Amino acid sequence: MEKRLGIQIRNKVIRMVLLVLTTSMLTFILMKASPIDPLQANVGQAALGSMSHEQVEKLEEYWGVGESPVKQYVSWAADFIRGDMGTSLLYRQPVADVIAVKLANSLFLMVTAWILSGILGFFLGVISGMNRGRWIDRLVKGYCLLISSTPTFWLALLLLMVFGVWLKILPVGLSVPIGVEAAGVTFFDRVYHAVLPALTLSITGVSNIALHTREKMIGIMESEYVLFARARGEKGLVLFWHHGLRNALLPAITLHFAAVSEIFGGSVLVEQVFSYPGLGQAAVSAGLGSDMPLLMAITIISALFVFGGNMIADILYGIVDPRIRKGGAA
Amino acid sequence: MEEPVLKIEHLNISFLQYTNGMRQSQLDVIRDLDVEVNAGEMVAVVGSSGSGKSLLAHAVLGILPYNAARGGRMTYRGSELTQERIEKLRGSEIVMVPQSLSYLDPLVKIGKQIRKGRNDQKTVEKLKNIFRRYDLKEEVEDLYPFELSGGMNRRILISTALIEEPKLVIADEPTPGLDLKVAKRAMGHFRELADLGAGVLVITHDLELALETADRVVVFYAGCTVEEAASKDFIREETLRHPYTKALWRALPQHGFQFIEGVQPYVKEMPEGCPFSPRCGMCTQECRSDIPYRSLRGGRVRCLYAT
Repeated sequence: MEKRLGIQIRNKVIRMVLLVLTTSMLTFILMKASPIDPLQANVGQAALGSMSHEQVEKLEEYWGVGESPVKQYVSWAADFIRGDMGTSLLYRQPVADVIAVKLANSLFLMVTAWILSGILGFFLGVISGMNRGRWIDRLVKGYCLLISSTPTFWLALLLLMVFGVWLKILPVGLSVPIGVEAAGVTFFDRVYHAVLPALTLSITGVSNIALHTREKMIGIMESEYVLFARARGEKGLVLFWHHGLRNALLPAITLHFAAVSEIFGGSVLVEQVFSYPGLGQAAVSAGLGSDMPLLMAITIISALFVFGGNMIADILYGIVDPRIRKGGAA
Repeated sequence: MEEPVLKIEHLNISFLQYTNGMRQSQLDVIRDLDVEVNAGEMVAVVGSSGSGKSLLAHAVLGILPYNAARGGRMTYRGSELTQERIEKLRGSEIVMVPQSLSYLDPLVKIGKQIRKGRNDQKTVEKLKNIFRRYDLKEEVEDLYPFELSGGMNRRILISTALIEEPKLVIADEPTPGLDLKVAKRAMGHFRELADLGAGVLVITHDLELALETADRVVVFYAGCTVEEAASKDFIREETLRHPYTKALWRALPQHGFQFIEGVQPYVKEMPEGCPFSPRCGMCTQECRSDIPYRSLRGGRVRCLYAT
């Protein structure tokens, strides 16, 4: 058992290192291949034209134009391994500091959305699956299919229009009120500003988990063990509590941890629409502005998040499912 | 005479099926089934595999699939067994013992599952007694279904019945793939239930085992009950009634292992009248009409020429 666990941990670590290595390389290659000229993007055509040759050369050095890509990557990687993520070219601050601020903003958004969509999705799926073919099932299914075929940014715009522009009950963007000192921002302000983006993310996150749980629930209701439970007089909520919940929850948990990637991906779009200064928005500006150190760091952190989500799913499954837990012990 | 615990008359079960897209067809899986179980009696319904006899158990417990329709009349202790009445009685007075462990929830521990989650002193004590009686260790309560060994399965499944106060026990194929010793012991457990006063209906394909333990045997062929006979009628061929039962008798190892030509007709290609007619040596034109199920020498038979 001890040995098995050791091997498992070792394998996971190897996989994680490989993942970081390949994503960083891929990001780097893609950035180098991108047609965006860092000077034109950040300094501007007009300003560049009016500069002296020396000034332009200095700027080229700052943005790393013309340097050997391999040398660049290796030196970045060497720093990264030592724990130095470099300095963001756009923010002119250490990348670690930029990410700390942005991640805190995003995390609040994503965790809320993740939990909300998980709980809501699971229960919608359960209700739908247990009432297969009835109107409530059709309603849930219709909602899920509609939502999963709706682009996230479009939904974000829609919510923004309804709640921000027409009803004027929620702010149209940003994470804090405009014209207020940083010290004067209350926790309530932050929550108030996060409602719309979090809501958008939750709504889109629901459909996947709900549809999956519905399928699972239908399978459970048709299973022999539910048939027998019914033959033993169990029904309704008791039946669900004894046999449905646990059997449906297991795959739902796994799926939902694996869905961390989707929430992450969705947050990039949603933050963009709501001008919410989170990790997603930083990623977009870093990409468009050729801020290589920042983009690399964000990509790696996202990859680690997704990896972590999948890994937790793996581990949890082993803990909750006796067949895997005890099977491993035997 | 006392009312039988369970009396089933002219039970039929059919399925609506869609063939070639939208065409609906009706499959009559059970067409005419009659059986009676008295208190303290063990009755075996014997039929070959795939003849739909499991549906009988599902019908009595009201758990037929949604696309199945049931006709005929079921009476439980003197009054009709309607779906509402089934739902009230199942799991307490009427219990089913399923075929295999796949009928247990894989994620619930055995003890909790047998008790249906009840934790009162009386139920806990009762289960302990059942386990002692069946020679199961107390630790088994804390196992999950996948951890059970093959030998324990039957005793666990039957425990689910004993934890209640059953007046009627329906055992669906209780000896699938078991070696003779284990199978005999499993049947013995059901015999005990009957001796304790419950009515026991065993649905099985194993005639030999059924004869050893059951009081009466009902022979099921191609959707119909063709004969009802006391187990002792099977000692000699002459005391049996239906040609199919006689063929079964001759097919038993100790009676020469003789088989007859042909196979049981498929639901969709059912002959008119007697379902056994294509394989029967004494079949006449008359056999193409409806054959009544009539009493004969203390049993019942669905054959015009049985004497």
